[in-house]
Amino acid sequence: MTQDILRQILDYSNRADPYPLYKELRRTPVYHDGSGPFVVSTYYEIQALLHDPRISSDARNLASAADDPLAEPGEEEETVLPPSFLKLDPPEHDRLRRMTNRPFGPPHSPHRVHDMRGDLHDIVKGLIDKIAENGNAERIDLVEEFSYPFPVTVICRLLGVPPEDEARFHVWADTLAASLDPDPDADPKERERRTHDSRMELGMYLSGLIEERRKNPTGDMLSELVTGNSPDGTMTTMEVLSTAALLLIAGHETTVNLITNGMLTLLRHPEVLDRLRSEPELSVNLVEELLRYEPPVQLVPQRSTLADIEVAGVSIPKGASLWLVLAAGNRDPLRFEDPDRFDPDREDIQHLGLGSGIHSCFGAPLARQEAQLALSELARRLENPRLLADPPPYRQNAVLRGPRHLPIAVDGIRP
Amino acid sequence: MTADGSLERLKREGRIVVVGASLAGLRAAETMREKGFTGSLTMIGDEPYEPYDRPPLSKQVLLGRAGPEGTALPRRRDIGAEWRLGVPATGLDMAARRVRLGDGNEVEYDRLLIATGVRARPWPQADEAALDGVFVLRTRDDAAALEQKLAAGPRRVLVIGAGFTGSEIASACRERGLPVTVAERGAAPLVGALGGVIGEVAAEMHREHGVDLRTGIMVTGLEGDATGRVRAAHLSDGTTLEADVVVVSLGAMRNTEWLAGSGLGAGPRGIACDAGCRAFDIRGIVTDDIYVAGDVARSPHALFGYQFLSLEHWGNAVAQAETAAHNMLSESTDRRPHLWVPAFWSSQFGVNIKSVGVPSMGTEIMITQGSRGERRFTGVYGYQGRVIGAVTFDQSRWLQFYERLIEETAPFPPPFTTVDRRPEGNRPMPADFPDPSVPTHGPTITLSGYSPADRRMTFTPAHH
Ligand SMILES: Cc1cc2nc3c(=O)[nH]c(=O)nc-3n(C[C@H](O)[C@H](O)[C@H](O)COP(=O)(O)OP(=O)(O)OC[C@H]3O[C@@H](n4cnc5c(N)ncnc54)[C@H](O)[C@@H]3O)c2cc1C
Repeated sequence: MTQDILRQILDYSNRADPYPLYKELRRTPVYHDGSGPFVVSTYYEIQALLHDPRISSDARNLASAADDPLAEPGEEEETVLPPSFLKLDPPEHDRLRRMTNRPFGPPHSPHRVHDMRGDLHDIVKGLIDKIAENGNAERIDLVEEFSYPFPVTVICRLLGVPPEDEARFHVWADTLAASLDPDPDADPKERERRTHDSRMELGMYLSGLIEERRKNPTGDMLSELVTGNSPDGTMTTMEVLSTAALLLIAGHETTVNLITNGMLTLLRHPEVLDRLRSEPELSVNLVEELLRYEPPVQLVPQRSTLADIEVAGVSIPKGASLWLVLAAGNRDPLRFEDPDRFDPDREDIQHLGLGSGIHSCFGAPLARQEAQLALSELARRLENPRLLADPPPYRQNAVLRGPRHLPIAVDGIRP
Repeated sequence: MTADGSLERLKREGRIVVVGASLAGLRAAETMREKGFTGSLTMIGDEPYEPYDRPPLSKQVLLGRAGPEGTALPRRRDIGAEWRLGVPATGLDMAARRVRLGDGNEVEYDRLLIATGVRARPWPQADEAALDGVFVLRTRDDAAALEQKLAAGPRRVLVIGAGFTGSEIASACRERGLPVTVAERGAAPLVGALGGVIGEVAAEMHREHGVDLRTGIMVTGLEGDATGRVRAAHLSDGTTLEADVVVVSLGAMRNTEWLAGSGLGAGPRGIACDAGCRAFDIRGIVTDDIYVAGDVARSPHALFGYQFLSLEHWGNAVAQAETAAHNMLSESTDRRPHLWVPAFWSSQFGVNIKSVGVPSMGTEIMITQGSRGERRFTGVYGYQGRVIGAVTFDQSRWLQFYERLIEETAPFPPPFTTVDRRPEGNRPMPADFPDPSVPTHGPTITLSGYSPADRRMTFTPAHH
């Protein structure tokens, strides 16, 4: 029976509400159907595995990738670039992540994210103003018009993509994002070609930018990545490329879903939306609860075991593939009281939404700030927003789960 | 609820006295209020300040980055206490349930919590210790005075003792660009706490940062000038070192003298208590109304053979205080044991050092992740075929895993491989702790129980 649960989770028809299935799944904390991955769904087990040095993120340690039901041909960024630190183990992981962190966060750049606040605010304001100008209050797609463009624009600013190139960047980002979101109607060949072309174009564009920044550094993240001299040395051009691509894809995809899932949840809890309007500071705790309740990354599928290990009484052999279902762990009643309740005042929210351990979300401080700002501004400016479809249409992807469109209507948009 | 309702009465209108108004005292008081204690609460502290945090004293404060007055401990809640600050407790009458104060007053209690901590071990020659420019570092006042001296740009600082505090002081001096000499009796810094294998890494760290590190050496005397200012130190190798600031960092002594003659089981090793933080009297009988927590306590721990552990660890003070407070207000069946796995951190020369378990009990060590050469690694300590402790240098994100191994009494050497295993980590090696009969600055964890293997004690029953 459990065998079906896994298939059902991947099945698109359950995308809108996978939580009952996760509940079923948690009854077998380590689920294995004999051939596929070992699926871990309970909080404490996932948390321990994320800190377990016998677990690898490097696909080369998988005994066989063949039986991974999520493996998709042509999906891997590695076909063009070396693996980003997301898919590496220490010491390479630590070295690349450290070097990437130098221009991004403490101790070397403690203010980078905080200093973007003004910028973020301008971007959010600009996007909402544009929705107001377009003037169709009857039908707004919040994904297309807001939660998609926002993080791409932010990542452009962060990396240092010149404003005049942002439009091209958006197109590439969209195509690449769409590639993670198989559309059953689209011609797969055609899609693969478009994805490949976008990847190439983006790669070439970035290498051009990198060359330029090497000559004329301007203080943005790309400049610092190419010129930065840390105790670890300097990144090679290829390393900068794969890091930049990682920041673009990972930073972008997740934030779109965080904001969209957030708005969806708020629209389903109008009393919280009302509160947020008058108490924008509520957004801090609210976003943490969202990361628990509707995490944008539902599961981490690329882990493998370096040794035979035992988890919750189950022996997992060396070289096995592990899936850590973060979203199931986040609603584990052994860890959270009344876990299916969305409670913006919840105090004890040590969620798994951003992972944990050495691979915990690199962009977390930025993602949090983006989501806090986006949600409180939407709450403040949208007049009487309501959902036009519940559930809204979801994207195909089971890992990066979120609505493809979020159609809403409003009575107006406040200045 | 007790049959006679006495516990409810205690919670409602009892009198609780806390001696030692620092980390453990404050956290205990907060926990008591959280548990619904509405009676009277008296906080007695010999320092004139409300509770403040000590770890920053040897770090941010010495660097001039935080003022000593900026280290006040954040409050979890209002505790509505009567504060008696700047007054030491000087005695205890267990039968009458009274604490005597230095100002002649007495305070009565129904429950007493003792959290008097430790103090810095002073330089043994009192006249030399009194020289201007000679410091210890334990209190806010110590830190303020030392920081002022460092800011004035002394020509050379001498740190005596290279334990955690001494090493942090040396690190701060170097960060301020001050010439500093460290004299350590043992073979390397941190050797008492982490052993010689890790001590060697620490020694390299000192030297690379320009510390004049002298190991295997004792300071035999300090010398002042005509105005009473320290000017030089004499070393056991016959040399003399000029220094105008000397920081004595020789470990700590338990603040238990005020309990002498009270009948409580308190002595130079601390106050013995059971796993539930209830103090023992000198007859080895557990008291019902006196609890202890923090650096001054020594309690038996199941994971370490029920030997008595004394810990000088921030996290232990908090956890033990919470347990003590809980137990003070609970029926015997609701009491909890304090089974905290020891955990400690330090930060020096830009490196974050953390340890869990009791490394100093270990006889072997294995570098399971990273490399000592890069100063980013995890070392696991083994004792009689099991994992007993672990240390990380700039790798603390893995520590939780090793803590679990300690809790599970997992086998040593660990039979599995890990990410980032280097050739140096393929085999355990002797951890190289100094012979305990040779004094060093000492570990921050002291095993102070009598192990069954220890046959040196003699038993002399008292006669009536
Ligand atoms: C410089 C420094 C750096 C440190 N760094 C770290 C670190 O990085 N990591 C870590 O884990 N730990 C560190 N520690 C240790 C940590 O600070 C202690 O473990 C913690 O303070 C213990 O708290 P406590 O309340 O038990 O004792 P204490 O903080 O020692 O408090 C005891 C209090 O009781 C008072 N007192 C004593 N006798 C009497 C009396 N008779 N009457 C009234 N009051 C009395 C004392 O004056 C003191 O205020 C550091 C300590 C120091 C000094």
